[in-house]
Amino acid sequence: MKTVYEKPKSLNDVHFHYCPGCGHGVIHKLVAEVIDELGIQHKTVGVAPVGCAVFAYNYYNFDFSQAAHGRAPAVATGIKRSKPETVVFSYQGDGDLAAIGTAEIIHAANRGENITVIFVNNAIYGMTGGQMAPTTLVGQKATTAPYGRDPKTMGHPIKVSELLSNLEGVTYIERTAITTPGEIMKAKKAIKKAFQNQIDGAGFSMVEILSQCPTNWGVKPVDGTKFIKEKLQEVFPLGVYKDLSEERKGGK
Amino acid sequence: MAKEFIKGNEAIGKAAIMAGLDCYFGYPITPQSEIPEYLAAEMPKVGKVFLQAESEVAAINMVYGAAGTGIRVMTSSSSPGISLKVEGISYIASAELPCVIVNVQRGGPGLGNIAPEQADYFQATKGGGHGNYRLLVLAPDSAQEMADFTMLAFDLAEKYRNPVMILADGCLGQMKEAVEFKKTVRKEYNKDWTIGRGEKDHKVISSIDIEPEKLEQRNLKLLDKYKTMEKEEVLFEEYLCDDADLVLVAYGITSRVARSAVELAREKGIKLGLFRPKTLFPFPKKDIYRVSQKAKKMLTCELSTGQMVEDVKLNSHKDTEVYFYGRCGGVIPADLELLEQAQKVLDGKGVRF
Amino acid sequence: MPFIKIAEEYCKECGLCVEACPKNILRISEKLNVKGYKVVEQTEPDKCVGCAACAKVCPDAVISVYRED
Repeated sequence: MKTVYEKPKSLNDVHFHYCPGCGHGVIHKLVAEVIDELGIQHKTVGVAPVGCAVFAYNYYNFDFSQAAHGRAPAVATGIKRSKPETVVFSYQGDGDLAAIGTAEIIHAANRGENITVIFVNNAIYGMTGGQMAPTTLVGQKATTAPYGRDPKTMGHPIKVSELLSNLEGVTYIERTAITTPGEIMKAKKAIKKAFQNQIDGAGFSMVEILSQCPTNWGVKPVDGTKFIKEKLQEVFPLGVYKDLSEERKGGK
Repeated sequence: MAKEFIKGNEAIGKAAIMAGLDCYFGYPITPQSEIPEYLAAEMPKVGKVFLQAESEVAAINMVYGAAGTGIRVMTSSSSPGISLKVEGISYIASAELPCVIVNVQRGGPGLGNIAPEQADYFQATKGGGHGNYRLLVLAPDSAQEMADFTMLAFDLAEKYRNPVMILADGCLGQMKEAVEFKKTVRKEYNKDWTIGRGEKDHKVISSIDIEPEKLEQRNLKLLDKYKTMEKEEVLFEEYLCDDADLVLVAYGITSRVARSAVELAREKGIKLGLFRPKTLFPFPKKDIYRVSQKAKKMLTCELSTGQMVEDVKLNSHKDTEVYFYGRCGGVIPADLELLEQAQKVLDGKGVRF
Repeated sequence: MPFIKIAEEYCKECGLCVEACPKNILRISEKLNVKGYKVVEQTEPDKCVGCAACAKVCPDAVISVYRED
């Protein structure tokens, strides 16, 4: 009997607290599958954000450090600089990375920190109940933008992949989505590359993943993926924004 | 062992390397920048990590990450920078992570100035960040103690798995004095709790407990630690207190001035003494009480508007008269000034705290 | 012959697998799990081609996919 798909070893056999249809669950699986396939489970240290994924340390079956809101890239830097042989990744949402943690992600990228960043962009604050995020779309409603995001007073969605890819220190940045099985496979490929880069010492790699938050978008899960395809991807185009993986192998 | 003429700040850097510092994460801020500058030059020579972070906030969170792996890690800053770090420090204390945090105090509040002050006493000893946590706080009074206390701090941090703060000030940081760097034997502590060992028994470094009962247990566990510290780690110095009519209570740079005042007074037949806490937490409660019973009058001197004096009063005998004299904003009183104040108290013209 | 296993207690009735299945042989059943979600079920197992699209889109790793050689 051949296994086509099973829950990855790097995931604990526990229930996710995430809402029905939440993208975090899909992304957790992809990260765990990649870690299994690369055979690095006992070398990996994850850094959890503050946000819905704060409980990621309950779900992953390897070492974890739970960071203060926005500081995961700094915590990851501390771990990587202490134990370079570990494989360190930070798992962050858009509030964690693109709001309070903007300085930390920019400077970790600028230092070319040899870490992997998984950036889940669902354009809303999930854990706290649907407030506006830095990546909330113009016109999109949130509990703190009840009439829709107004760029005149609330600015425009931050395009993190474009922003960071201008930094010399960055080796690889790709924006993906988890809307269809095909896109999910592409996201997994990007995640695997981002981890492989770290193993190869190629430097800072980040995968931005457009993800759905059905509860706070007020939609059914299946309509959530539609919102990504029709709306989010318009503002956040998918694709590779920088890739010097080959050139920088063994550099760090 | 030969002595070296060295700045207080650099003495901290050198002692930290001697103590086996693995990672230093810092950020420039006067009057402590010599610490990162020294370590930037010296750490690479011993194959260790120096990293200037993008902010004090990032630096303390790098410390949080590194401390979780059980290596020896330190950061340093000055007053406003420490304010930026206290959220991270609260996380570090809650997750029970050993690390050393140096605060070379400067004038405050706000941006204040870069002159020395001791107005972060409350912040250092009463928590500073959110939640029921304490730092073990060491208060050096010289470049020698800047070195000695740094080495001691690493050991205490690991012994208690708690952040240890060295509370110095701009004067001690910038002052050059002769220092003997004594190599201490490094005790090894259990590191099974750490992450990044590459082992199958995975660990989680976290400060979160959703169930209130669990968080209460965590708080009570921390409380036990602090009680043990109070039993075992109190350090202080008494100078001519036995026959003193008035005891000056001071720490850090102010205690140096107070010591001169005591000596000047003694030359004039005025019986002053000095009580100098070396640990501000755990505070020398029993010893203050014992000295206050005999001395009847205690004059606390600080570079602040009165912070440690509260702990002196809290722990003095009820009949003891507790007085306070302080300068702030970066002004340092001269020994004659303290002597004058002591004389006023002895003449019954002092203002009780 | 491919077949799937459904860890019903983990299902949250999100319906993403139902939409993803190229053979349209998944649907939300009337059976409730302990959390009160109507769990997914396979309507025509013999039409399953073992593509694991369902397993890929499932946020909770409810569906495992096997192939009997």
